[in-house]
Amino acid sequence: MYDYVHGKLDWLAAGLPTEGTNAELPRAADVARADVPTCALGDRLGEVRERVRSAGWNACVVVNEHSVVLGLLREKELEGDADLLIERVMRPGPSTFRTYVPIAEMAEYMTRHDLVNSPITTADGKLVGLLLREDAQRSASKIQRPKGNER
Amino acid sequence: MPSEIDREDVQRLVAGGAQLVEVLPASEYREDHLPGAINIPLALIDARAKEILDPGRSVVVYCADSA
Repeated sequence: MYDYVHGKLDWLAAGLPTEGTNAELPRAADVARADVPTCALGDRLGEVRERVRSAGWNACVVVNEHSVVLGLLREKELEGDADLLIERVMRPGPSTFRTYVPIAEMAEYMTRHDLVNSPITTADGKLVGLLLREDAQRSASKIQRPKGNER
Repeated sequence: MPSEIDREDVQRLVAGGAQLVEVLPASEYREDHLPGAINIPLALIDARAKEILDPGRSVVVYCADSA
C-alpha cells in the first residue's frame, strides 16, 4: 500500500484533471488575469504607477525574482509619492488563493470580504494571476445551479 | 506502514494498474477526486477495503493533504 501524502490538494494545485461535480466548473486560475503588472520591492512608485496605468490597470502585484508574491498595490497605494520604494508603500502579505478554488467560492468570499482583487498563486506562492471580483462574479453567475437549488 | 509517495509516483503506479482510493468523506469525493479513484471514507476502510479492493493490485490511498 502507498500513501500519496500531499493528497488531493497537491493534485489540484498542479492543475491536473479531476472527476466530480466541480471538475467542469471554472476555478480561480481559469478566470484570473495572468497579464497583471508586477514590480519588485526596490522599484520606485512613480515608475511603477506610470507603467501600471499605461497598461490600463489600477493594481500591481509585488513579486520577488522567483515570482513569489510579496505584496500588492491597489489604487490607494499607487497614489503615493513617486520617489518612495515599493517596499514602503505596498500592502505586505496579501491574502492569496489557490488556483483550484471554484470560482463561485471565490466570488462569494471576495464579495463578503469586500476584496476588489486577489492574487492567485501556486502552492509555493508563485503568482498565477490577479483575480478581479467583477470577473469572479460574472463567471460565477454563468454557472447553472443544479436542479432543485434554484432560488 | 504504507510507503509515502509523491504525485509522479501516483501517476506511474496508476498507469501500471494500481487502485486509487480517496479516504475523505463522500461529500468531498463527489466534488473532486483523482481520475479513477474510488471512495472509501476513512471510518469505513477496515470494514470495506477487503470487500472492494483487489488484493492482487497495488493500492494508493490519499486524503486532502499531509496535515
